[in-house]
Amino acid sequence: MKLQRNGRTKALAIGAVAVVSSLTLAACGSDNNNASSSNTSAAATTAAAGSSSAAASDCGSGQLLGAGSTAQANAVTQWVKDFQAKCPGVTVNYNANGSGAGITSFESGKVAFAGSDAALKPADVAAAASACPGGTAIDLPMVGGPIAIGYNVPGVTGLILDAPTLAKIFNGKITNWNDAAIKALNPTATLPNLAIQTFHRSDGSGTTANFTAYLAATAASDFPYTANKLWPAKSGQSATGSSGLAAQVKSVKGAISYFELSYATAGNISTAKIATGASAPVEATAANASAAVADATTVGTGADLAQKLNYATKAEGAYPITLLTYEIVCDKGNKAATLPALKAFLNYTVSAAGQSSIGSLGYFPLPAALQAKVAAEIAALS
Amino acid sequence: MDTPDTAPPQDVPPSKDDLLVDSPKGPRRGSGTSATVPALAGPQRGRGKVRIGDRLFAGSSRGSGIVLLVVMAAIAVFLTIRSVNAISHDQGNFLTTFEWNTQEGAPLSFGIAVLAFGTVVSAVIAMIIAVPVAIGVALFISHYAPRRMAQALGYVIDLLAAVPSIVYGLWGALFLVPHMLGVNAWLNQYFGWTYIFGQSQPGAQPRSLFSVGVLLAIMILPIITAVSREIFLQVPRMYEEAALALGATRWEVIRTSVLPFARSGIISASMLGLGRALGETMAVATVLSPSLLLSFHLTDPGGSTIAQNIATQFGESQGVGRDALIASGLVLFLITLLVNGGARLIIARRKEYSGANA
Amino acid sequence: MSTITTSPRRSPLNGSLKERRLPRWAPAATIVVAVALAVGLGLGLDITSKLQWGLMAAIFFVVGQYLLARQVEGPRQAKNGLVSSLVWVAFLLALLPLFGLLYYTISKGAGVINGTFLTHSMNLISPNQVGGGLYHALIATLEQVGIATLVAAPLGILTAVYLVEYGTGGPLAKAVSFFVDVMTGVPSIVAGLFILTFWIVILDQQYTGFAGSLALMILMLPVVVRSTEEMLKLVPNELREASLALGVPKWLTILRVVLPTAIGGITTGVMLAIARIIGETAPILMLVFGTDVINTNPFKDPQSSLPLYVYQQYSAGTDASEARAWGGALVLIALVMLLNLVARGIARWKAPKASR
Repeated sequence: MKLQRNGRTKALAIGAVAVVSSLTLAACGSDNNNASSSNTSAAATTAAAGSSSAAASDCGSGQLLGAGSTAQANAVTQWVKDFQAKCPGVTVNYNANGSGAGITSFESGKVAFAGSDAALKPADVAAAASACPGGTAIDLPMVGGPIAIGYNVPGVTGLILDAPTLAKIFNGKITNWNDAAIKALNPTATLPNLAIQTFHRSDGSGTTANFTAYLAATAASDFPYTANKLWPAKSGQSATGSSGLAAQVKSVKGAISYFELSYATAGNISTAKIATGASAPVEATAANASAAVADATTVGTGADLAQKLNYATKAEGAYPITLLTYEIVCDKGNKAATLPALKAFLNYTVSAAGQSSIGSLGYFPLPAALQAKVAAEIAALS
Repeated sequence: MDTPDTAPPQDVPPSKDDLLVDSPKGPRRGSGTSATVPALAGPQRGRGKVRIGDRLFAGSSRGSGIVLLVVMAAIAVFLTIRSVNAISHDQGNFLTTFEWNTQEGAPLSFGIAVLAFGTVVSAVIAMIIAVPVAIGVALFISHYAPRRMAQALGYVIDLLAAVPSIVYGLWGALFLVPHMLGVNAWLNQYFGWTYIFGQSQPGAQPRSLFSVGVLLAIMILPIITAVSREIFLQVPRMYEEAALALGATRWEVIRTSVLPFARSGIISASMLGLGRALGETMAVATVLSPSLLLSFHLTDPGGSTIAQNIATQFGESQGVGRDALIASGLVLFLITLLVNGGARLIIARRKEYSGANA
Repeated sequence: MSTITTSPRRSPLNGSLKERRLPRWAPAATIVVAVALAVGLGLGLDITSKLQWGLMAAIFFVVGQYLLARQVEGPRQAKNGLVSSLVWVAFLLALLPLFGLLYYTISKGAGVINGTFLTHSMNLISPNQVGGGLYHALIATLEQVGIATLVAAPLGILTAVYLVEYGTGGPLAKAVSFFVDVMTGVPSIVAGLFILTFWIVILDQQYTGFAGSLALMILMLPVVVRSTEEMLKLVPNELREASLALGVPKWLTILRVVLPTAIGGITTGVMLAIARIIGETAPILMLVFGTDVINTNPFKDPQSSLPLYVYQQYSAGTDASEARAWGGALVLIALVMLLNLVARGIARWKAPKASR
């Protein structure tokens, strides 16, 4: 009996501890990270400082929901921080659940904007008509970033590849690092006798879509597939998400894969230079990729600013494998409650401050001409 | 152990006056399975209360069953409607096509074969590893470990159940997979002749169905262990003591009295585990290197499971593409159903050991 | 009655003079020899994997112990010993991944956990910045799982009661157990899709913590029903009959006799169900939407959730966010541990004092 009573007191004590701790927990949560965080973002502080001049009415208010592309998730997260520092009355939530899911949510009117890795297809525009009473859904290019070719070959740095070689590697035609085609591009490097292990995304992705578009546009004979969000070729191994690919390249000798530059920087992974036909092979940097986007042409009609990238660009210092993602909004017929906040947020993201704040995350600012066009469209949203 | 046990009913304080009702002479059936007590016309006051309480309780438990049924039926209808829509748009054969092209702009062509194969194979591997180990661990806790230690151990094993699947996935990809490299090489060296363990590309990262099976085994182990353990602890002491009195060794006690009694429970526990193994999403998606190739080299990277395919493709699927994923979910439903039906049949044959004769 | 007995010794033959027994130190000696053999073989054959060394040692031990016992004690005792060894091996095998996992998570996640991490949200923290916390996710997870449990646990237990005590063999009971079986196979993402379609699209509700709870309920129900059903079935009929014979109404018999007898198992089942749903990512991502600020109201506006937090931080791919991901994973494990402990305490407190 004594033992039983012990058990009871113990249970009661445990329960009491649990209740007390949960009560303490409930009492001390805080959204305020400025006081506690030693490493407060400089951007946030400057944005906050700059906000004193901006009238609060420019900000709108309430909840602003966006969903879609995972490729621009880090950029949007950064923008949300900076924007909310400026406009505390607005809460922006971006759910990076994939472009397709984001567009679907947008079409059913559940989110104010969708992030997408590719411009809307005609079917999507039709489906979004009900979400935009009196208007249509339009693409606003917003986030650009280079897609780096990351590799893990011991002893090899500054690897140079060109489009046909890349296509052969990713299509399983070149299987060893000491292949003659790679040697020809890298005469000085000591290439080991090591099997190439290619990794591609297992999930649908705008990164894959842009990379396959590049291969299809520049090396059609070696890569007989069309651009696809899902990896179209049969060879190679796969992993989920850019973080998954980067983790594989980091740990597997002989691996090569493609992901946004930020993952290569964060994981300290070597990236290949691309021989485009310009005088020197081009390195994957934000500035070089920005130069390639300047070479793009607008294919959208009316308010739609969908871009067509020139993958075969031979411009000096233009890195051809780039990712350009869009924010999808209604040109007319946005919900009245969220319109001011939407305009304020997008105005911030396209501004020079917004575009430069995401540089440290591996994205690049849109060319100034395109920025101006997008800003004009945002001002006209209703 | 030292004191004569107090049987549970004595522990119940007979506080309510319902308990003090003089025993009714109504035709109350002995087994706990009768539906409701037939109403006897009688002037006793207690009986009215009894009937209201009984009716309320029976009604609410029946109501719960109906709610559950309605929810499930709604899900089934939802899945079926969307699946039919998807399959009607399928240009390939849903059962035999080895691809999954659901992007707009290209002809839709998708088939379940590779996914179903991967799902079943990884779950079978998981069950082969996990069920014996789980029964062993449960027996260890209930019959082998010192009593004081047993409770702590039970708790420790339960901890494994507490680990969320995303953590299993990360751990599997970063820790388990590199460690499977040696195991795979060994299997390839000595059991390569079985074809199943042969590797077509030795040295490749073992992000294979086999590794997924091992990871799933670890994930479902605590589920099977926890439920089996509770069941082993419920075996009437009478049975065990009878066996002991006949001079049985500990193993003979377990074989003749514990296992038969617990059989239905072990199967149910395994089915719970299997359900998780079949439907596991995040962990598989993180560990596997998915491909739509059907290969019996289980240690080669590749293969794909239904739930993993849904998770990886969902983000970029719209319209019919999404419905196609739902159709694959329906197939998973059917697989689960078949397996559970089989399990129910086995359980039905051993009914007599159930305490409630249910 | 099985329960009213004097306690017997587990092995009545223990001290018997008739039987030849292995000395007490025999298993220890076998272990030493097995490990030595395995290490020797491992070094000799140049096997690098320590895992294989361990496996070899285990096999040598089991086989050696069996042969030894067979020689000395006879086949029946040897078989008994063999099973004992196997059970021990199974147990050690199960501990291996557990400690591997815990060690890995702690070594990666313990670094970021401090007061700030537990009490702050991710508001105004960018992906490549250190700092921030998971308070918003912790609170949201507690609320979502709490709501799901408050609905699903009673519903599931009542359903199990119906299956075992009332509807035995009836068409409704058959239909219910059929669907419970099917339900165990619902992938979480399909449950999420179902709620997304019905609750958010058709009924035009918003993304809220409650929408996530709805999906979690669907995932939780079958686990609760199935495990509770098994536990109730094991309650001896004699108890029910004794209670009914004393004139206790059926509902009170169930409430006061049947359920308390099975409470340990039922608690285990509910805890398993909670453990399963608390780590769900896919339906949460779809329904709860995610946010970086604290939202304590599960019925309005997006919330976050611990597994979602782990997933998002891992996906962001920076060093700082990866550390936060492991920290979140560790907090999640600790949370389930704590809940488990509390539930066990309650079960022990409420349960009749059984013999074991």
